[in-house]
Amino acid sequence: MPRVVVDVMLKPEILDPQGQAVANALPRLGVSDVASVRIGRRIEIEFTGEPDLDRAREIADKLLANPVIEDFTVHVVDADETAGAHS
Amino acid sequence: MTARVGVVTFPGSLDDGDAARAVRITGAEPVRLWHGDPDLHGVDAVVLPGGFSYGDYLRCGAIARFAPVMETVVEAARGGLPVLGICNGFQILCEAHLLPGALTRNQHLHFRNRDQVLRIEAAGTAWTNAFQPGQEILIPVKNGEGCYVADPATLDRLEAEGRVVARYVGGNPNGSQRDIAAVTNEAGNVVGIMPHPEHAVEALTGPSLDGLGFFTSVLKHLVGAPA
Repeated sequence: MPRVVVDVMLKPEILDPQGQAVANALPRLGVSDVASVRIGRRIEIEFTGEPDLDRAREIADKLLANPVIEDFTVHVVDADETAGAHS
Repeated sequence: MTARVGVVTFPGSLDDGDAARAVRITGAEPVRLWHGDPDLHGVDAVVLPGGFSYGDYLRCGAIARFAPVMETVVEAARGGLPVLGICNGFQILCEAHLLPGALTRNQHLHFRNRDQVLRIEAAGTAWTNAFQPGQEILIPVKNGEGCYVADPATLDRLEAEGRVVARYVGGNPNGSQRDIAAVTNEAGNVVGIMPHPEHAVEALTGPSLDGLGFFTSVLKHLVGAPA
């Protein structure tokens, strides 16, 4: 069953202290060529019928993202592309 | 007649008991309200207490905003009902768009729990009229996601309209923009504050009695308010 994926990211101008903390830990892994890390959230929605992008946008705008601090994008993926699928 | 001040309990609220106690200490009648019940039971004001409503899932306050009680609270607040959101309650008020801006992860990523000096900047709101403008008070702060953010235009508007209710003094505990600890809506009946006035109402348990002023303010406001 195809799903709608909603990606939520903090707006570029909003400080992401979690991302900074991860970036600051990378040198301890021996990684020195990462300029920055930003952390967001991926949400997969499965509709009872066909995937409905407009409905997903409405859900994202009202609940999944806070438009004051976050941006979101939506797209449809096949079931085998979702996070829980094993290849 | 004794004023009746509602205190909402959400799943995960922690400070509803202390908020109700603060209401009682100031001589009003606390009325416990339940998140799943849209009936406000005729209260004269509402406190949204601190805690971790709905486990802070998704974003702090994001799910509580859709609780049945909140539909009524939002409508009543738009009609002038005094509403005080403390900590998680402040987050809920922002998520419900009753207050501008948002509360994000503390910049240093640490949970901060300490007694905090605040300067009251707006003493004209329903919840701060018992203070003098510029008065410094000491109440506990305890949050992990208390960093107040809004776009520069919104911050400028809040400043210009005198809607920054309180600022952190002597160190900003969470990175809030412009040291903002509390804001109000245009009408001054809705106030959100990150630190906890309800924990500073008795000498035995609080660092001061400074928190009482928020609860006496709303009683003064109700006496003066048209019926």
